[in-house]
Amino acid sequence: MKTETGLFDRAFDVVIYTLLILLVVVTLYPLLYVLFASFSDAGQLVANKGILWKPLGFSVEAYKSVLKNPSITTGYRNTVFIVVFGVIVNLFMTCLGAYVLSRKNVMWNNVFMFIILFTMFFGGGLIPLYLVVKGVGLLDSLWATILPFSISTFNLIIMRTSFMGIPDSLEESAKIDGANHFTILFRIIIPLSMPVIAVMILYYAVDKWNGWFYASVFIRSRDLFPLQLVLREILIANSTDSMSTGASAGDRFEIGETIKYATIMVATIPILCVYPFVQRFFVKGVMVGSVKG
Amino acid sequence: MQTNVNANANASTSASAKQNSFKRRFIRDFMLNKYLYLMMIPVIAFYGIFHYAPMYGALIAFKDYSPMKGVLGSDWVGLKNFEDFFNSYYFVRILKNTLLISLYSLIFEFPAPILLALLINEVRSRMFKRVVQTITYMPYFISLVVICGIITDFTNADGLINRFFMLFGYDGQAMLQKPGLFRPIYILSEIWQRIGWESIIYIAALMSIDLEQYEAARIDGASRFKQMLYITLPGILPTIAIMLILRMGNLLNVGFEKIILLYNPVTYETADVISSFVYRKGLLEFGWSYSSAVGLFNSVINLALLITANYVSRKVSKNSLW
Repeated sequence: MKTETGLFDRAFDVVIYTLLILLVVVTLYPLLYVLFASFSDAGQLVANKGILWKPLGFSVEAYKSVLKNPSITTGYRNTVFIVVFGVIVNLFMTCLGAYVLSRKNVMWNNVFMFIILFTMFFGGGLIPLYLVVKGVGLLDSLWATILPFSISTFNLIIMRTSFMGIPDSLEESAKIDGANHFTILFRIIIPLSMPVIAVMILYYAVDKWNGWFYASVFIRSRDLFPLQLVLREILIANSTDSMSTGASAGDRFEIGETIKYATIMVATIPILCVYPFVQRFFVKGVMVGSVKG
Repeated sequence: MQTNVNANANASTSASAKQNSFKRRFIRDFMLNKYLYLMMIPVIAFYGIFHYAPMYGALIAFKDYSPMKGVLGSDWVGLKNFEDFFNSYYFVRILKNTLLISLYSLIFEFPAPILLALLINEVRSRMFKRVVQTITYMPYFISLVVICGIITDFTNADGLINRFFMLFGYDGQAMLQKPGLFRPIYILSEIWQRIGWESIIYIAALMSIDLEQYEAARIDGASRFKQMLYITLPGILPTIAIMLILRMGNLLNVGFEKIILLYNPVTYETADVISSFVYRKGLLEFGWSYSSAVGLFNSVINLALLITANYVSRKVSKNSLW
């Protein structure tokens, strides 16, 4: 009996490890492929019909054209603007709302809460939002990707729950010392909520960094395109031509292929470098959201 | 809570006294909390402008909107836009696509992270565990545009996926040009990107299972597979139930951003969903009223689904959002 179970368990182990290793390979290989292709020689890559195990030849031409491309530079600049100011607005607004809604003796808080929660379940839709953004004059401005998304209701609720967990006695003693609500919020509540705020910063920042859809709806001027919109042109619409000017038509196609891969790397490496360090915060965030949600 | 109790107590007294005390309470509350109300102004303004104004703007679904006349000034057309939509060739197509893509992701994508969590739980080497987790989370951090760029490239006639199949003698084909392949590509890439990330919550749930149960099972001679089946899986069942409910309430909210990035006129017949249709008709073809009607239809159905899912879950499992 005992040996039988042992044998079965060992087979079980083999199955599990095989499946997991397979999953790791399937997850990792596409990214390695992009890495190899980005360093490959353009001509050899296009001619190649097999699967890559290492770069074909070695060339950094693609990276040179990507980094020289003005759209990439302005894209990065616009995205940094959106991330920095977007996260500041997000945090400020979310903290304000969460603080007021976490106070216990405010008569209208139940009404406010309903007004806010209702928006999670029902919305006017894309076109009416577009008309409002147009109406308030934000169209074709980077703020159009920031202000209409000042608060994520879900995050507001997480933050409110966390603020509610802070003992009342702390504020009461601050009140006796003459502190007003602004002081209580910024001197007591926020410093005590740093873990949740770190998670919020991360959530909001990734959201802003990855956002492209509303930018594509609200922004028309090319020099205001955030990085993701530039990427969409290069990767999805396949317009690498502007980046390989000076080459003949055939060369242009070949370089275009490697440029796509180099662009993916240039746009993704910053995230992949940061993410192992922030991973644990994300994990914490998932927990915070799940326990309270 | 305290204020509610007071309100109930007051309700039993005469009407005029009630009004009086309400007014007094109102003023007192306002004086006491004026700074809090001041702090709430930007928040309320945000919700008013960017959430409630669009709801009001959705009125144009019942109008023949013209930008010159504005929302109020445009002529009423009643339910014409809705009728046009229900009678159009697109109605059945996009409703079917939306439901099918949602359903497939429910069937195939939803269980995937649960399986992964169960597998990871069985690994005893901490190092290997960490490596698997770090690598499977990775795709979640890559932006959607880049993911779709990679998908587009790999599914090309001579892309990576086709090259792989060519090893087994298949011919290459541009997969994103095949309507029949759109849904599998969508769902599989979704699993690829999200499986690791979504497994976190189940792994967290696994941590809280009482280890003594395993010990008892081992003494009884249960194999590890049986332990997984009879201890681990039931242990995370509540979490699975909650995640499923949340998912049901979101049934019509298909990830349209990804669809917009991946579809093309050739694959509209299987790929076009309600939201992508709204986007195309409204913003690319300027059919604002028509598109708003479609969007409103989507919102109403969603709300109804959510209320239903919430009701059912409250009855069945005592888990509910309200």
